[in-house]
Amino acid sequence: MIIDHPLLGPRDAQEFVYLGDADLINRPDWQAEDAADAFHDYLYLRDNPAGVHRELWYHEQGDRSWLVVTRDTLTHEISKVELARDVARAQGRGR
Amino acid sequence: MRYSGWRVIKEALTGHKGWTPAWSDPEPKDHYDIVIVGGGGHGLATAYYLAKEFGQARIAVLEKGWIGGGNVGRNTTIIRSNYLLDGNEPFYELSLKLWEGLEQDFNYNAMVSQRGILNLVHSDAQRDAARRRGNAMILNGSDAELLDTDGVRAMYPFFNFDNARFPIKGGLLHRRGGTVRHDAVAWGYARGADMRGVDIIQNCEVTGFRIEQGRVLGVETSRGYIGASKVGVAVAGSSSRVMEKAGMRLPIESHVLQAFVSEGLKPLIDGVITFGAGHFYVSQSDKGGLVFGGDIDMYNTYAQRGNLPVVEDVIESGMALIPALGRVRMLRGWGGIMDMSMDGSPFIDRTSVDGLYFNGGWCYGGFKATPASGFCYAHLLATGRPHEVATAYRLDRFRTGHMIDEKGQGAQPNLH
Amino acid sequence: MKQVNRLSGGLVDRDQVLGFTFDGKRYEGHGGDTLASALLANGVRLMGRSFKYHRPRGVMTAGSEEPDALVELRSGGRQEPNTRATVAELFDGMQARSQNRWPSLRHDMMAVNDRLSNFLTAGFYYKTFMWPKAFWEKLYEPTIRHAAGLGRVSGEDDPDVYDKGFLHCDLLIIGAGPAGLSAALTAGRAGARVILADEDFAFGGRLNAEMFEVGGEAGSDWAKAAVAELASMGNVRLMARTTVVGAFDHGVYGAVERVADHVAAPVEGQPRQVFWRITSKRALLCAGATERPIAFANNDRPGIMMASAVRSFANRWAVAAHETVAVFTNNDDGHRTAADLIAKGVRVTAVIDTRADAPAVEGAELFAGAQVIDSRGRLGLESVRIRTAQGFTRDIVCGALAVSGGWNPNVHLTCHQRGRPQWDETLAAFVPGPDLPVGMLVAGAASGVLSTEGALRTGAEGAVAVLADLGIAATAAVPQAEDAPVDLTPFWHVSESKGRAWIDMQNDVTVKDIKLAHQENFVSVEHLKRYTTLGMATDQGKTSNMGGLAVMAELTGKSIPETGTTMFRPPYTPVSFGALAGRAVGKHFHPVRETPSHNWATERGAVFVEVGDWLRAQWFPQPGETHWRQSVDREVLATRRSVGVCDVTTLGKIDVQGADAAEFLNKVYANAFAKLPVGKVRYGLMLREDGIAYDDGTAARFAEDHFVVTTTTANAVLVYRQMEFARQCLWPDLDVQLISTTEAWAQYAVAGPNSRKLLEKIVDPRFDISNEAFPFMACGEVTICGGLRARLFRISFSGELAYEIAVPTRYGDAMIRALMDEGEAFDVVPYGTEALGVMRIEKGHAAGNELNGTTTALNLGMGRMVSKKKDCIGNTLSERAGLNMADALKLVGVKPVDATQAVKAGGHLMAKEGPVDAAHDQGYVTSAAYSPILESSIGLALLKNGAARLGEVMRIANPLEGDDVEVEIVSAHFVDPDGEKLRV
Repeated sequence: MIIDHPLLGPRDAQEFVYLGDADLINRPDWQAEDAADAFHDYLYLRDNPAGVHRELWYHEQGDRSWLVVTRDTLTHEISKVELARDVARAQGRGR
Repeated sequence: MRYSGWRVIKEALTGHKGWTPAWSDPEPKDHYDIVIVGGGGHGLATAYYLAKEFGQARIAVLEKGWIGGGNVGRNTTIIRSNYLLDGNEPFYELSLKLWEGLEQDFNYNAMVSQRGILNLVHSDAQRDAARRRGNAMILNGSDAELLDTDGVRAMYPFFNFDNARFPIKGGLLHRRGGTVRHDAVAWGYARGADMRGVDIIQNCEVTGFRIEQGRVLGVETSRGYIGASKVGVAVAGSSSRVMEKAGMRLPIESHVLQAFVSEGLKPLIDGVITFGAGHFYVSQSDKGGLVFGGDIDMYNTYAQRGNLPVVEDVIESGMALIPALGRVRMLRGWGGIMDMSMDGSPFIDRTSVDGLYFNGGWCYGGFKATPASGFCYAHLLATGRPHEVATAYRLDRFRTGHMIDEKGQGAQPNLH
Repeated sequence: MKQVNRLSGGLVDRDQVLGFTFDGKRYEGHGGDTLASALLANGVRLMGRSFKYHRPRGVMTAGSEEPDALVELRSGGRQEPNTRATVAELFDGMQARSQNRWPSLRHDMMAVNDRLSNFLTAGFYYKTFMWPKAFWEKLYEPTIRHAAGLGRVSGEDDPDVYDKGFLHCDLLIIGAGPAGLSAALTAGRAGARVILADEDFAFGGRLNAEMFEVGGEAGSDWAKAAVAELASMGNVRLMARTTVVGAFDHGVYGAVERVADHVAAPVEGQPRQVFWRITSKRALLCAGATERPIAFANNDRPGIMMASAVRSFANRWAVAAHETVAVFTNNDDGHRTAADLIAKGVRVTAVIDTRADAPAVEGAELFAGAQVIDSRGRLGLESVRIRTAQGFTRDIVCGALAVSGGWNPNVHLTCHQRGRPQWDETLAAFVPGPDLPVGMLVAGAASGVLSTEGALRTGAEGAVAVLADLGIAATAAVPQAEDAPVDLTPFWHVSESKGRAWIDMQNDVTVKDIKLAHQENFVSVEHLKRYTTLGMATDQGKTSNMGGLAVMAELTGKSIPETGTTMFRPPYTPVSFGALAGRAVGKHFHPVRETPSHNWATERGAVFVEVGDWLRAQWFPQPGETHWRQSVDREVLATRRSVGVCDVTTLGKIDVQGADAAEFLNKVYANAFAKLPVGKVRYGLMLREDGIAYDDGTAARFAEDHFVVTTTTANAVLVYRQMEFARQCLWPDLDVQLISTTEAWAQYAVAGPNSRKLLEKIVDPRFDISNEAFPFMACGEVTICGGLRARLFRISFSGELAYEIAVPTRYGDAMIRALMDEGEAFDVVPYGTEALGVMRIEKGHAAGNELNGTTTALNLGMGRMVSKKKDCIGNTLSERAGLNMADALKLVGVKPVDATQAVKAGGHLMAKEGPVDAAHDQGYVTSAAYSPILESSIGLALLKNGAARLGEVMRIANPLEGDDVEVEIVSAHFVDPDGEKLRV
């Protein structure tokens, strides 16, 4: 597979390490009342669609960017690649 | 019809006219006591044991395509009982014991061959881990032997002992492990179940579950609605897709595992070997092909195909271990979709819907589990209680913190 | 030695005479021959034996799809089983042997299976060999295994080298027949970056095998001119002997180039084969088509061949398959073979055409509407029996039968990403379906366009179309050529045949086997294949799948496409392990990481151990030491008595800087770092989000906004990855930057009561490192040896007064030498990882064996370190009940009651009295060592409720090795439990 890195252009997927569902960005609030359940769902119940999937890849043999890649799990077609940091910020993550 | 050598001879002498279908193709009935979703190894085994051991009747197995077309038909045929943890080893030991009597039990030669499995160790830490595992195996009634380098050399003199990047320091030998003719397992269970009245319904895709007031009433299928008092799902590889239709999210990701076979060769490798310094395992089939594999492709996928980096990684490891394979050719590769669970261990459990049961999360260890999985699932479906060796395989174990993590990799499915 | 069947003409080089042997007998051939063409030229038809029945077999095809003529080539480490004689280029001195026969090819004892074939039908083995139970493994299976298999592996290491390469192009053209050449010319002339690959050693495809003209000249001459033009273009790469074996995601193709298979052995430095990974923007599949057979009784005798192969041998290789040839066809293509043979003076005894309206043949007897129903000839065809349209039976004398059942487009690569081919009624064949791999187009015969002009046209047009996608303008120029329509009446097998009719030649699957599979309800294609082994042979069904499918369709009364399609998976043709492994063999399997002191350690005679990709000194033997324990004990004692130095460069090092560095560490470590003063180090425990201990190390604060973090050697990469995840994905607005500096610093542990004295000789005097000025857990930037910058940490893994000192990597070698020189006064020793391990076990420090991915801080006795006052990765889920059971495992020490006995890691703890089984398992020993200080074997263990069981005597069960050792449960801190030595 080839991942079109937003900063570096097309790169062989072999340069990257795969993590999984991009919802791993959305780490729950540790002080919420339902924190135990929320962390369970966050860590263990991830999206696993047969189709379009947003997922985290890390450019380990490259610039060390974490990326959010939108990829179809049936065809492997990649429709979007974003810097995970931008996605995290857009989803309201800060400090 | 009972199979035997005499039968083969008799049919040969009478033009093979007497052979009957190995299983029939009945039309689905309106209602069953138990519907098994998934005509793979586990589903068929479950139906077989429900009928044979648990006195159940009015059972159907619904298969989207053709029976045995999933992972029981695309694996590397290995059976073993060499697990470390209490939650696992008794289950796999039951499975191996069932394998040991399977062919006589279901009257089908699945070529169970206890050729021995050798897990190589390449460091002191690996030897320590092998010792702990070997002892756990023995303490659970399985068998294990710890070999030193010379012991390994005596078995496989053509390994790379003298020029290895990661020297072979010994191995854990599990003599009762081995291989089985994988397709025959599906066919043997199907035939055995069919003979005991189970309806095996092929080309019947479950498209939804009818659930009312928290209780399952039946399944919607491509061949119409089928009522059921109990529904047992056993669709590893598609678990998330199917259980989503019942509104459930699972602690499972779908990944592809590639496996390969070489051209046929005269006997070279007697048992099953796993390399400890890379991702490679190999055995040789009775036909002569080397059957081998390695790691999964690492990314979520439902496509039954992999990519080159893993192919090359597997072969590199193979060559690192056995330099004499240089001129052997890889004939065919294929990919199977694995239910990779969050701790690398499976589920055999009730669900939050009454009457709906789930069996899945087998990672790439489902084949060897087939008999015990079927047996324990049948136990659960028939009695409502988990079998004593499968009590740990609960869906809520991550909520309670009772993970069964053989590899210690945590909630990272592609590392299990 | 006469080449009895050699004709005139052809593309062989008669000036080149090549000697070779087959089964020890000497023959001669010419340059441009394959082993198959050379054997046929010499009148050799018998080349192999089938897999199951050991039937005599000849060559069936002229290409890589060959199922029958498989041989062993070369010998020793270069012995190569299952080589298709049809693609083995002849070289002088070639040694080939037939395989899967005993004692000889002509007299094969295993041919008894053929007599028993009625008992050995499809799947018979599933129905028998079950009683007595033990006999399967003891008798039946060994017998089957012995008989099975094809060629032999020598068992010797392959002496040749292999390479891997990477290529990029605008357009990859797969196949250099008329379509591929036409496409390459079109794209090359337009300036596109083109790769043209063909499995053959000669470009041209069927242009070299046919007598057609292209643009008024011989097809092979046109091909030669096209190749010459392409070779002159800098933007075109021609890759002969290169098989594109797989189509992978996003335009990536795998290809094998056989660089030196056409010579006896590669020249020095030359790889035997290269595996190429080709990244293409677009690909054009021009892989041609494969002719398919018609099944009839005994259709497998040596001499029965594909009509196109007979034509190829005659036209390209100037070889008659035999002096007398008959043709059996259902389409016009068979007639071409007859015409070409007649033109070359070969006697064609009959053309048997299943079509009642078959066209006339000049120079041979035509039997229209007739069928071949049987054949004769034990080791080679002697005659065929036909049934004429009128129903008469006739025997036709022939030494070769050229069979044509039509053509199957080579759609294989279109299916590699699960695309399904679709049925074409005119061709009665599958053609590429609509869901091709992204970026791929198909042209020529592979797309179902079977005429020469059609191939030239679709090749050129395909190139124009894909280049237009890339914004490159190209124009198609198509020469005139043969453009005959396909005239074919589907005909798959002769149903009136009484004997066995072969569908899969190599695996011996006959029409009867397919009928039996149908009778037993193995009707789906997947069941059929698996039950009968149809299509599972080394040709992967290229010559058999369609036939099998057609017979099953007939039996079920369905159409062929309703019955199923055949799926193709990579590789297109089998690929050697060597090519796929490339250079990653032997010691080059993985890269080697060496620390800056590696050369120094080598000089000192160190024994090295693999730690991941690192090589670390394990111990340093001294003269007279004959056992590793002597060296290790000495290193431990000397360190604890005076001072020792250990290279700890391999520990991961991460530089953490920024205004929020402390807050960041607070989040990634379980314990708190916000209040760590500048100039201090703190031990840090990192959890995974699931609450399990992940890694431990230290964090040293060099400034308010600057920390240096260490990780374990094993987890250096993983921890860094995890920290980047936290930084970029979880807390993206924290002002913090990370960089791995593992390879930027050489780091040494200096341990022992004299460690300060030694360091005082190294560290420049203006830095006060006295106990008061530089106490336990201090850190600071210093200069050494007169101005070299260094980092000094007062931390201890050994339990002694100890430091770690880091210098820029390029000074690592000088540093260790300086430490050794200055340490002479204190009898300094270098110590390796083994002594390091002994001392950390004596001290009770957890390491990899304890941090095994299943243990919590609680298990490790560090439960209180997990701060509940702050958010950090892992703290919420670490509170789950299952991780906090009353009898949770706790880290303890174990010491044998009898000091002469040894503790082994991996033993299981059991009550002293009582059963030894899984139900009574109390825990396990994680690490063990011999402690020279305590003069006893000791161990660390994880024991249920262990903290409350100190003093208990238990046993370590090790049934694996038959040990059983009584031990006392003690504190994990065997030496200096209060840490007094650390602080002096």
